Parts: sequence; structure tokens; C-alpha cells
Amino acid sequence: MIEIKDVTKRYGDTAVVDGVSLTIAPGGVTSIIGANGAGKSTLLSVVSRLTPADGGTVTVDGMDVATTPGDRLARRLAVLRQDNHMSVRLTVRELVAFGRFPHSGGRLTAADHELVDEAIDYFELGDLADRHLDQLSGGQRQRAYVAMVLCQDTDYVLLDEPLNNLDMRHSVQMMRRLRRMADDYGKTVVMVVHDINFASCHSDTIVAMKRGSVIARGTTAEMMTPEVLNAVYDLDIDVHEIGGRRIGVYFS
Amino acid sequence: MTRRPLLGRLRAWHLAAGAALLAVLAAGSLFVGVGDLTPAGLLHGRPEDLRVLVESRLPRLLAVVLAGTAMSVAGLVMMHITGNRFVSPSTAGTSESASFGVLLATLLAGGEAVFVKMAVAVAFALLGTFFFMWILRRLTFRDMILVPLVGIMFGGVIGAATTFLAYRADLLQSLGAWTSGDFSGVLRGRYELLWIAGAVTVLGYLYADRFTVAGMGRSFAVNLGVRYDRVVNTGLVLTGVITAVVVVTVGEIPFVSLIVPNLVTLALGDNLRHALPATALAGALFVLLCDVAGRVVRFPYEIPVSTVVGVVGSVVFLGLLLRGRRTGLR
Repeated sequence: MIEIKDVTKRYGDTAVVDGVSLTIAPGGVTSIIGANGAGKSTLLSVVSRLTPADGGTVTVDGMDVATTPGDRLARRLAVLRQDNHMSVRLTVRELVAFGRFPHSGGRLTAADHELVDEAIDYFELGDLADRHLDQLSGGQRQRAYVAMVLCQDTDYVLLDEPLNNLDMRHSVQMMRRLRRMADDYGKTVVMVVHDINFASCHSDTIVAMKRGSVIARGTTAEMMTPEVLNAVYDLDIDVHEIGGRRIGVYFS
Repeated sequence: MTRRPLLGRLRAWHLAAGAALLAVLAAGSLFVGVGDLTPAGLLHGRPEDLRVLVESRLPRLLAVVLAGTAMSVAGLVMMHITGNRFVSPSTAGTSESASFGVLLATLLAGGEAVFVKMAVAVAFALLGTFFFMWILRRLTFRDMILVPLVGIMFGGVIGAATTFLAYRADLLQSLGAWTSGDFSGVLRGRYELLWIAGAVTVLGYLYADRFTVAGMGRSFAVNLGVRYDRVVNTGLVLTGVITAVVVVTVGEIPFVSLIVPNLVTLALGDNLRHALPATALAGALFVLLCDVAGRVVRFPYEIPVSTVVGVVGSVVFLGLLLRGRRTGLR
């Protein structure tokens, strides 16, 4: 369980995250939605100890992320940020294999190699496995990063915009994979998503943020209504049921 | 078709072949010099030949290999922990700071106390490097070229202060001993400090994976449970110690710590587990070749290794810069 208690993060005078309290139960997929600058990414950064909070606490299964040793947390919680510029030239396989670093240090076991191969195969990176990251397209690189984070095989997986740069097919594949991690392996997936329809089709719970606060949270059915979405985005959004899914229409 | 890395995966036999080449060159280098030393003489056990070998040639060879290896690895580590492939001890003010330290130690403690000189040089090398890192954290730009340029300017300022101080203290001549690296003065009993640099290099290998992770950037490092700041500081101390020890024993050798790791990682990628041993080997080879060239070109006179390295290195560096511009400096 992830427990966020009264977390505040300020940049200068503005509180980007303003006294957020939130509990995320183990298992399932939670999507955090909201407009630009709502504090989604900052909240995710604080929860994953990448950014220290100015106030409040975050615990993951009782471990305070601010004080628990980093290597211990790294075996329980994995995170991928949105803007990932990497200046080191690694091959895809080397990068994905580093996902096993928290578990086996530098020495990979046979089981580690199996996980690496499985992740590479799933994200269709087999042909690219020996290429360096700087020779890949943005979407290919994004898939390699996510493959690395999934290879970490942690109970909690936090992703900021995992669909960044991905085409439609790879976006759907990515979401299915995250869904399967929750359903088949009992993992807890928390992600920041821009596309409300991906959030609607693949998550159990949606958390809506606005101006640094959580303004609504609920099941996907509760959240995918015109009233809630209008309040979150300040935009008229029609919600239609198509093939049993609630789809928001906001393009025109 | 997928474009593979230049050399693909590093195999054990690549390293073995490199080591064999180094061994052959090293053995050959023992017989290059003014003093009388021939393989035949050695085989016959001529005491004169043995003395030249033990007192001069072997120490010189060891000094070349240790200095070349250590400086190259220091550069490799530094480019990882700073996330910039053109930041190395010679473009971050580290070497210049070490020289400044040696000068101060000489002024205060005289020319003889080697350990005092080394300790002060290490202290100043660290001080200079950490100051550069402090500047780096405050820079708003992260340009691949501008950042090392700031380091070169910083080194220039310290170099100017060193020269001024040496001029006032009438030590300009001694200053040349540290600022232009030269192996001609290496004799038994005068190079052994370099083993410290060798030992630190081996320690660096134990940290190889963590340096690679640190090179991925802070977020990735924290995610993988690596204590980013500690790894970065460890790397800075490692580079500072290596640089200072080399400056104290043989003097500054420019470019080695910059071009050797760049060329190796260009071919092999940045995974230090593979790149570090290859860099160590390549560094030894490069400096040995330059030293032998300096000994042969004007035989029986010598050109200091720093001059030879400077000439070769600047050409290679220019090539790297132009290549970097073409590929968008990734």
C-alpha cells in the first residue's frame, strides 16, 4: 500500500503539490489525470523519492521513502520519469539488464537473463537488442526504458507518461502489458496519463489532480463522467459508451 | 539492416590480443635508449645491461604503463559521473590544481618531501575538481562543448596563478617538471608512487557498474537504488588522486584522459564493465607508443612524452569534436 500523507512540494512561492493525502491500495492500475501543471509528475517524483517533499510523508508498505535505504526500495518500487535523456551509450540489452541491478548487483543469474530476454521480446526489441540507445527512435527508446523498469520486477511500478512517443499499436500493447502485470502478477501500477481514454480503458482507479490538489478519485465508471472531466480539465467533454467502454470525446 | 556497434561485443580475446600487443611493444621498448642494453647482453648476463634494465628501463616502462592506464581510466570515470564526454581531469582544472598544490608544497616544505608534495597535490586536485563541480551545478547550460570550455578556462586561471607564484619564487624551471610530463627522469626509486594510481584504478573497476548507473543520470541511478551523490564523489576522489599522483611523479600528460576513453567508448559503448579494462589497456598502449616515438624521433635526444601526446592528441581531439558536431553530440 502506498500512503501519501499531507505531501507538499514548493518551487519558490508556488506549491506545486499542496497538502495531498492519498492511499493507493495494493494491486490494480491507478491513473493520475489532470491538466498541465496540475502537479501529477511532481507527486509521482515525491512518491518515488526522486524529489524530496517539503512537507508530509510517503510510505510504501510501511517504508518511509525519504529514509529507507535506496537499494531496499529499488527492489520494491520502480519508477520511470517522463523526460529521459541518457548521455551514456548502452545497448538495449545492457540497459534492460541494468533493471536487475537492485537484485543481483552486476552479476546476473540465469533467471535474471531470462527476465531480460522476456522483457526484450515483449516490447519487440529483439532486433534492436544490440543497438545503442542513441541509434533508436524516440518510441523505440521509450519501450527500452519501460522494459528496463519492468525488468526490475518490483511490487510497485510508477510511470510518468509511459505512452510518450509511442504509436497507437505500441501504446495499446504497453497498456495491455501493464494491465497484465496487475491482473496476473498482482503488481500495483500507478501512472500519469494524458489520454483520458487510455486511462478509462485500462485502469481500475482514476485520480484527478488540479492545481496541486487531488480534486476527485474513484473507480473508472465514477470518474468518466462529463461532470467530473469538465471540472478537471475546464473543457466540455462528452462521454459515450462504445463497446462497453466509456470514451471521452473532446476533439472539436 | 541494423547497424551494429563498431566492434560489437567485447570478447575476452579482444582484450587478450590487446594485452599481447602491449607485451610485445613493452618488451621492445626496453631496448630503446642511449644506454647500452641489448637482448644478447641480457642473455649473457652482462652486469652492465642488467643494471640499466633494473635501474632505468624497467622502471620507465612500469611508469608509462601505470600512468597511461590510470589517466585514461580517470578520464573515463570523470566523463561518466559528469555526464559529459569532454570533461576529463585535463578539462576540469584537476591537473592544474594538482600542479598548483605541488608548487605550494615545494615552496613550504622544500623539494625533497615527496609524500608531502603528493598529499598537498591530492588535496588541491580534489579542491579544484569539487570547485569545478560546484560551478557545473550552477551552470544553466549543459552544452557538450561549453561545459568543458568553462573547465579549461578555470584550469587556465589556476595555471596562470601557478606560473605567477613560480615566477616570484624563482621556481619556473622546477614548474616545468610538473606541467610537462616526461618519463626521461624515471629511475628506480622515483616512480613507485604511481603504484598508488594503479591501485586506485583497480578500485575503480570494482565500482564500474555503479559508475555506469551514475552515468545514466540521477533519476535512473536513484531508481536502481544507487546512492548517486556518493558514487559521484567516489569517482571525483578517484580521479583527483590519480591525477595528482601522476603530476607529482611524471608531470601533466595532456589529452590522454580525454581522447583514450572517448575513442574506446566510441567503439565499445559506455558500459564500464567492458569499457574500463579496454580503456586501461588502450591508455597504456597509447602512452607507450608516444613515449617510444619521443625517444626515437631525435635519437639520441628525447622529446618529452607530453609534447608527443600533445601533437597526436590535439589532432584526435579535433577529429572527435568534428565527429561530435556531425552526430549531434549525443
